Amino acid sequence: MNIEQAMDVRQQRILAALENKNTSVYFDDALDNEMILNMGPQHPATHGVLRLLIKLDGETVAACIPELGYLHRGYEKLAENVSYHEFIPHTDRLDYLSPLMNNTAYVLAVEKLVGIEAPRRAQYIRTIISEMARISSHLLGIGALAMDVGALTVFTWTFREREKMYDIFELLTGARFTTSFTRIGGLAHDMTPEVITAVKEFIEQFPEKFNECITMLNTNRIFVERLDGVGVITREQAIAMGMSGPNIRAVGLKHDLRRTQPYLVYNELDFNIPVLNDGDCLARYYVRLNEVKESVKIVQQCLDKMPSGIVHANEPKKVLPRKEQIYTRMEELIHDFMLINFGVNPPVGEIYHAVEASKGELGFYIQSRGEGHPWRLKIRSPSFMNLQSTSQLVEGGMISDIVAVLGSLDPVMGEADK
Amino acid sequence: MGLEHALGDTALTTTIDSAINWCRKNSLWPMPLGISCCGIEMMAFAMPRFDVARFGAEVFRFSPRQADLLIVAGTTTYKMATVVRKIYDQMPDPKWVIAMGACTSSGGMYRTYSVVQGIDQFLPVDIYVAGCPPRPDNLLHALLMIQEKIQRGESRSTPMTVAAERQEQQLLQIQGINNN
Amino acid sequence: MLTTVVEKLKAQFPNSILGVREFRGETTVHVKKEDILNVCAFLRNDEAGLFNYCSDICGADAYTPENRFEIIYNLYSLSYKHRIRLKVFVDEADLHCPSVISVWPGANWPERETYDMFGIIFDGHDDLRRMYMPEEFEYFPLRKDFPMMGVPDSIPLPRK
Repeated sequence: MNIEQAMDVRQQRILAALENKNTSVYFDDALDNEMILNMGPQHPATHGVLRLLIKLDGETVAACIPELGYLHRGYEKLAENVSYHEFIPHTDRLDYLSPLMNNTAYVLAVEKLVGIEAPRRAQYIRTIISEMARISSHLLGIGALAMDVGALTVFTWTFREREKMYDIFELLTGARFTTSFTRIGGLAHDMTPEVITAVKEFIEQFPEKFNECITMLNTNRIFVERLDGVGVITREQAIAMGMSGPNIRAVGLKHDLRRTQPYLVYNELDFNIPVLNDGDCLARYYVRLNEVKESVKIVQQCLDKMPSGIVHANEPKKVLPRKEQIYTRMEELIHDFMLINFGVNPPVGEIYHAVEASKGELGFYIQSRGEGHPWRLKIRSPSFMNLQSTSQLVEGGMISDIVAVLGSLDPVMGEADK
Repeated sequence: MGLEHALGDTALTTTIDSAINWCRKNSLWPMPLGISCCGIEMMAFAMPRFDVARFGAEVFRFSPRQADLLIVAGTTTYKMATVVRKIYDQMPDPKWVIAMGACTSSGGMYRTYSVVQGIDQFLPVDIYVAGCPPRPDNLLHALLMIQEKIQRGESRSTPMTVAAERQEQQLLQIQGINNN
Repeated sequence: MLTTVVEKLKAQFPNSILGVREFRGETTVHVKKEDILNVCAFLRNDEAGLFNYCSDICGADAYTPENRFEIIYNLYSLSYKHRIRLKVFVDEADLHCPSVISVWPGANWPERETYDMFGIIFDGHDDLRRMYMPEEFEYFPLRKDFPMMGVPDSIPLPRK
């Protein structure tokens, strides 16, 4: 029997059922009921250009295959062809919701490879900008999740807060969000008193505004019920699939690289790691929400504790000299020439350094052959590994829950596709 | 003309084309194709601070069938190019295209194997916006320039004969697949 | 703790450990290709190691006549909070390597990515498709002999 005949039989049975005034028709052959739906790559709820091929049985998702690569920009090939310094602007565009965090992560990896360390003040500033980036990323994550399940107002409110942060970033780095602020062995420049005042002002007024946003969501029955018990993953599955970040902390695992493998100045700061046990969309949302509050605490502590001093390591052969020195001093001019033309030239070896980015474990694996550019640079992107469990999360659920699951996973395709 | 004289100061006369263009330019419905980083700035452009509603283009339609302004915001890869073209083909005439950002306009900083070096290789573009990513103000400027263009009566709509020919070819292709 | 793991590994697989290297406090263990699955399963279940979290799997092109490709496994232990790196050499003449999906299901996509970028075939992987590039693409972009700007007309563009 070919497809056309089968369709005829199907139509006849539906017609017969209608004539008998039956409202539901059952088919024995499961294949008859299935439908293939294509979601994306252009879809407002896929957070970029993710494509999902969904096999539906009625309204239930029978299978889901994610398809990536619509934003594959060839970062790793680019990295092999540019010097270590030249790759910093490319890290901005990896996870474009928290570029300052990526700058810091990359620079920390290179510093580990080269074997230098930034001064204390630079470490504090890096911590502050990382946490600010985390706040801004989670704000968009929460807002976009709310928008996906139908609450647009919160999205505009979180964007209002993000605009304030963009103003600070612009004051600090000169760009709204392609910042390229860190340098190997330090920062582009020091944090000026105006920026510190701006950060202080923002941090003071932020908790109240943030409470407004989340009260709106937490007391909204529709929002809570659309997330509660949806997209559940168990602890064992989450570990096996390599999930990280807020998604793994939502299954009851206290895994946060800021505490387990401390970098920067995190071991001197007092903050909690929010953990929830349910493993559903609501738990992932709550973990993000609590993380924002913890980040505010971290920024406040850093501002209080921040020492004065220089922000560049005293390693003339590895760290780019200041502009005014290049124009006035011979020694610095030579170093600048050597660093720009031949690069940092770290020793032969390989390292892997990971930080806890807003989406999860962001790692850089770098192989060096003693040249000015990496022989191989691999980006371990958290969104890529988090997306891997999409099919497990949505299979067996309803079709309308897919957007909630994607929103709660909070992937960024720039990072997942590299 | 004698008409204005007869009507006095209370009425205004214009050509019907200019009146339609005036309506069109002040009620653009953009189709936001947020591919990467520029997509975030495009969101900011719609949000309260920059507020595109001031220029009548706040109705973001995620279906190309209901839109007349395509904003391509972000790096277009070879894999994505067919999708972008399909979205453009689905939009009803007349339509306009903004290439937002350096990657979209020229490939930008991504001179690699997977990135199309400018979407004008497969799509007619009306306005290129510079910046990586452009600020929302910059995109607003592009929108105003599109409005000027519409007021001048310029649109890059596909001529009917070409559209018919393309449709025929597509039909032939589909028939070919069925026959095989 | 990590030294015990390496010692145990050497004792358990005397013939398949080709070398251990330390750099900046990180341990890299070179493993024979044929035994990688056993070594991974041992590391995952051994009480001193418990490497239950597979951070990342990636390839690298050394561009040498022999043992041209490397596959690198970055592993992490959620219980002991330490890391180890395994390395396997793959020759250009024989691009096969055992898949470790049975040990860490999360190795699925990283292995697909390695296949996409270097053309290494993972035996035992049930869904070895390209990860990023279109399915009809013929080349492997991260190999050193692949030009940065790609091969002209290797991926079709829609007509204007």
